[in-house]
Amino acid sequence: MQPPPAEDLAKLIQPGRVHRRLYTDPAIFDLEMERIFGGPAWVYLGHESQIKQPGDYFATRLGRKPVVMVRDADRAVRVLHNQCAHRGALVVATEKGNTSEFICCYHGWTYHLDGKLKAVPLNHGYPSEFDPANPNVAMLQVSRVTSYRGFVFASEAKSGPSLEEWLGHMTTSFDDLIDRAPEGEIEVAGGVLKHAFDANWKVYFENLCDAAHPLFVHRSSIDAAQQQSDAVYSDGSGEIAIRQMRQNGAPYSFWETQVGIWTTPNGHSYLGDYHDDSKLVAAMQDPVFRGYIDALEKKKGREEARRILEVRRWNSNVYPNVSFMSQFQQLRVVYPIAVNRTAVHTYNFRLKGAPEQMFRNTISFANTVNGTGSLVLTDDLEIYNRLDMGLSSEGAEWVQIGRGYRSDVADSHGGRRGKNSTSEVYIRNMYDAWVKLMTQTGGASARAAA
Amino acid sequence: MSANAQLRHAAADTPELPGDVGRCEDFLVHEASLLDDGRFDEWLALFTDDACYWVPSEPNQASPHDTVSLIYDDRRLLETRVRRLASPRIYSQEPPSRTSRMIGNVRIEATQPDGGRLVRSKFVLVEYRREQQRLFAGTCLHQLVPLAGVIRIKMKRVNLVNCDAPLDGLVVPF
Repeated sequence: MQPPPAEDLAKLIQPGRVHRRLYTDPAIFDLEMERIFGGPAWVYLGHESQIKQPGDYFATRLGRKPVVMVRDADRAVRVLHNQCAHRGALVVATEKGNTSEFICCYHGWTYHLDGKLKAVPLNHGYPSEFDPANPNVAMLQVSRVTSYRGFVFASEAKSGPSLEEWLGHMTTSFDDLIDRAPEGEIEVAGGVLKHAFDANWKVYFENLCDAAHPLFVHRSSIDAAQQQSDAVYSDGSGEIAIRQMRQNGAPYSFWETQVGIWTTPNGHSYLGDYHDDSKLVAAMQDPVFRGYIDALEKKKGREEARRILEVRRWNSNVYPNVSFMSQFQQLRVVYPIAVNRTAVHTYNFRLKGAPEQMFRNTISFANTVNGTGSLVLTDDLEIYNRLDMGLSSEGAEWVQIGRGYRSDVADSHGGRRGKNSTSEVYIRNMYDAWVKLMTQTGGASARAAA
Repeated sequence: MSANAQLRHAAADTPELPGDVGRCEDFLVHEASLLDDGRFDEWLALFTDDACYWVPSEPNQASPHDTVSLIYDDRRLLETRVRRLASPRIYSQEPPSRTSRMIGNVRIEATQPDGGRLVRSKFVLVEYRREQQRLFAGTCLHQLVPLAGVIRIKMKRVNLVNCDAPLDGLVVPF
């Protein structure tokens, strides 16, 4: 099938509205996999703490492509296409582990940790043109791999903006997450939660900074939490969950006066001033949180500790596939599967030097917002499914993303911000990035010609 | 009733709660019926005041506190969960699910000093909602305790065979 020409793609995005085909057309989805997830955009893969030792690996996907993120013998992080150079079989079949080499289970072709071919059994039968020293006879490395303070990103394009250029001001959101660790280091811990839904990958990001939806979508859990007696026994985890559900019930006036939405170039955004730590933990007097503040002040000094805790960002969305939240140390990775099927894997971070009970709270919060059986997430998943069903009806041709369009203002970091948090500026900002990536020729097609 | 008969009656009743395996199985089947029939308030009433309900995210998960879970409810959150199921605004149950459960392979793992039993069982659960049918299976661990002459659940742990898969939303309790 011929992909739609660039000028037709650009026409699908208009001021304040986008065409419904963006969510339902398989040809557009395939092109997104090539030009966004396979182009100059930096796609999040994982955190370096998932592969601490040489030989540690984490098998994941770059867009839809299976790749392996591995710590090489020289401690460098490599990202390899998870495909044998012989007949193309998937080489690494387990999600994580440690190994000294990768061996294909089909004919035993063996690879070094950097993907170079190490050995081929029965190697005398291959034609003379076959040269095991040819660098293309390998588990090929992804073109560009870079970390920002431990967060590993990859890009399939041979050239393009550097990771720091791509992230721009969003590096400060990563800094916020890391700086909150008294010892200045974080690590992935506490397992992974995975959920899936029958809708396009873009609807997920379009919901994460949507300040106008909780009061309506989450009504059932808000009501149930508001009616809950606090006299009933809790081991602490239910208390955190119920507090968060009640917080979702903040009136529209709260979202319109106390919360902001910021965007930065390349499709990124964050919801700010959502609430400070005093609303997230039991209270500033909470002994665990007091202990944490003490540890932070001891390591960083009182002034720096105050500066760190005054960064009040809620979800930071880094286009195209990762969103995280510093205050409860959560990170979500989006995996597009098909035009109408998406999976999300969510991780937690442990703040080194923080009281152990802090991490227990992180786990309770993760279950509340990312648990597959969460009282909150399940209604979001229902909305995603209904978006796909509704958009397939081919009724209204255009999807409205114009809220706040005329009241957004320029921001000093090169992006725009909403007059208040209910602006859909972050969706329009993602489509600005989308048009740039989808219509330029410097992405995957240039790579193929090189 | 003679004093001896009263004692025998008490011996037959109280210490045997939850009693033998047949009695535990009857209780689990009763619990499954309440869930299939959508009688969630009555299901909640089966739990003790300090109960927990747990669906781990990993096989052999050691703790609900240092690793995430698909569901981990203490008594307070379990009450909130059940209250939400009755909400007219629970969009993930519009239309509602219908479920059918089979309970089997029931056996008593351990007998506790308070007369409680740790009971292991297998289950198969079919859930139908909006033109889609899903199949779940796994092992349940119930900690059943005698309380004021009846059986109560102090802990229910549900080990799904696909606990670490990317799953669509789980709304109706297992």
